Amino acid sequence: MGKVLGFLILAVCTLICEAAIFKPISDSHRSAALDLLTPKDGSYESLEVTYKALRSFEILGTGKQPDIKAVTCKSVVDTLRSPSSASKDLFQALRVNRILKCELNNEAFAGIASRLKDNVNSAGSLLDYYYSVGSLVLIEGQASEVDVHLGGADSVFRAIKALSQSDGRWRYSSNNPESSTFAAGIALESLAGVISLASSEIDRSLISLVKNDISKLLDGVEKYDDGAYYFDEKLVDAHGYQSPLSASSAVVRGITAFAIASDEDLNLPGDKILGLARFFLGVGIPGNAEDLFYQLDALASLENNRVSIPLILSLPTAVLSLTRKDQLKVNVNTVLGSAAPSLSVKLKQIFSSGSKDASIIDQDLKFDPENAVHFLDVLPENIDAGSYIFTFEIVLQNPEDKKIYATGGRTKVPIYVTGFVKVDHAEVAVHDSDLGNVETQKSLDLAGANTISLSANHLQKLRLSFQLTSPLGNAFKPHQAFLKLRHESKVEHIFVVGNSGKKFEIILDFLGLVEKFFYLSGRYDIQLTVGDAVMENSFFQHLGSIELDLPEPPEKAARPPPQAVDASSRFGPKAEISHIFRAPEKRPPKELSLTFLALVLLPFVGFLVGLLRLQVNLKNFPKASAPATFAILFHLGIAAVLSLYLLFWLKLNLFTTLKALGFLGIFLMFVGHRTLAYLASSSAKLKSA
Amino acid sequence: MAKSSATKDAQALLHSLRSAYASTPTNLKIIDIYVLFAIFTALIQVGYMAIVGSFPFNSFLSGVLSCVGTAVLAVCLRIQVNKENKEFKDLPPERAYADFVLCNLVLHLVIMNFLG
Repeated sequence: MGKVLGFLILAVCTLICEAAIFKPISDSHRSAALDLLTPKDGSYESLEVTYKALRSFEILGTGKQPDIKAVTCKSVVDTLRSPSSASKDLFQALRVNRILKCELNNEAFAGIASRLKDNVNSAGSLLDYYYSVGSLVLIEGQASEVDVHLGGADSVFRAIKALSQSDGRWRYSSNNPESSTFAAGIALESLAGVISLASSEIDRSLISLVKNDISKLLDGVEKYDDGAYYFDEKLVDAHGYQSPLSASSAVVRGITAFAIASDEDLNLPGDKILGLARFFLGVGIPGNAEDLFYQLDALASLENNRVSIPLILSLPTAVLSLTRKDQLKVNVNTVLGSAAPSLSVKLKQIFSSGSKDASIIDQDLKFDPENAVHFLDVLPENIDAGSYIFTFEIVLQNPEDKKIYATGGRTKVPIYVTGFVKVDHAEVAVHDSDLGNVETQKSLDLAGANTISLSANHLQKLRLSFQLTSPLGNAFKPHQAFLKLRHESKVEHIFVVGNSGKKFEIILDFLGLVEKFFYLSGRYDIQLTVGDAVMENSFFQHLGSIELDLPEPPEKAARPPPQAVDASSRFGPKAEISHIFRAPEKRPPKELSLTFLALVLLPFVGFLVGLLRLQVNLKNFPKASAPATFAILFHLGIAAVLSLYLLFWLKLNLFTTLKALGFLGIFLMFVGHRTLAYLASSSAKLKSA
Repeated sequence: MAKSSATKDAQALLHSLRSAYASTPTNLKIIDIYVLFAIFTALIQVGYMAIVGSFPFNSFLSGVLSCVGTAVLAVCLRIQVNKENKEFKDLPPERAYADFVLCNLVLHLVIMNFLG
């Protein structure tokens, strides 16, 4: 039973988890972009930032743009004229120039082009290729008279391809073994550039190898629960951390550029392309200009690609009211919000959350060409108030479009249907302990105000009942149905009102509750709460009061807990805990300690002076080489042991010290024995002589 | 009168002590000044303790005991090395020195452990 229940919960969860609404780029994005991208003091800090901002504006198509042309063009021209500019700077300047179209003559472009060609031939790393090839492609677009064709395009193509890894990712250079997803993106973009710059056709077998790499790269894509796909970048190195957003953006740009340049059908799976689009849209409005650029750049690549253009199904609102007879409306757009080709949207299935079974509908939505909205006139008859998951399918009318657009099969969308829940047959009664004998019974109007006043003793029972009926006449079970009794002294008791079918009923047997009520007699206010997210008339009502006459508390009865004065003191911050630490011992002044350090050294100086006075010498030190070596080793050994002691004091523990001391001791015993034996024998000789 | 004679006696006593000590072999004199060096070092540490208090008591103890222990060991060495001392006649001074070194190394291992 438990297993089945677990499976059910899992099944329901997967249904809910996979359903999410992704909305295409809209006007809120444009205004957010303006806030994010406006330069602080008339210009951006670098050409790279400038390009990212200008490109974002270009994609969004906002009319209002900061006026930075004069300042930026000066820096672009300076960079392009300077003979010492690095290829990265040239690349950024040319990218900015593509959008701003600063005044530059063809000779300037020709000079840069020849330099860049040398760079391409001498390039060693992927980034060198990327910047040089990218710059040449940009020059081709800006000055068509300049010759930018690469003679040895095949060999350049092979050199870039040589950096690819078996899993479809790329390395930054041949001496760097780490592979990176971001690098794969810029490598594909560079390869696309090489193909478009080649003076003769590139070998088709090379292109099909890269095609293979792309499909392997797509195999490594990661997936979120909501159907969004993204590329993760595991490599963190000198090129900096690339977030999943920038890595995915680079790959999308690379793949689409390669598809356009190679004029090849890459056979990319539509669901992954759609999943990537959902990933970029799922980011929402990014918090910084760089993420915004990556998001928009990738979406723009997806919008104008040859692979497959994702179509995004979105709903203006996911909450439908049965009372207002809301229509179900569905928009289908491309990622940047432009119109989709002629298509029809089908409502395939409706899952009611909480139950596994789906009702299969298969109904076409009508199209309103004026607002470009697909809509359903009337909701299906069996839709009651509650939360549902609707499954839609996009059907393209023109069979040619199926090759161009990715619709990704069925799209699941969570929908809340709200309605007015009828509350009736509400009554409250006080019974004697056997339910038959009704003392007082009053009917309530839960829609309006009530002021009933009842009285009861501990031998009686309070019964409250009402009925909830959903708009379609079914039983409705709200999230919350609580009865609250509140004593004058602010002691509160909350009871859950249970239900059987439509009827909600609670019976309070005061005899069993006296202890819970702390034997507090007096007036209790009665409050009833019925609430649910899909219930339009959720209420929290004061019903009136009941005068309870409870017995005197016995000796050992529990006292009512002290009531918090107000919510803020109950849920507010607790008093700060101050920790008490032992005060540190008083230390002597530093000067005194240093003086005594010097004083301690004084007897040692006295000892040395005394030695001098006694005219001590080292004449007895062995002269012959072998005993002299042993004598020196003996003294070095003692010095070593003493240094070991010093280390023991400073950082070593007892065990390591003893281990080292063992070895040093054996050595010291050996050399000490040799030295002292030699000294003993020489003094014995001296005596006998 | 009595006072001056007493001074004179003291002077004579000191003089005789000094002349008697002058005949002590040099190696014993070295040990003597070594012992004095150790004892003065210990005294200075005790003086420091008297001024600032004995807060890191283990450090104070190990410092003083290191000096006192060294002095005692040096005295033992002196007893064994002294040729006048007939009790240790058969013991070569090299053996005595080896004992001295060994005992010092063990003493200071304990001192370092206690130093904290």
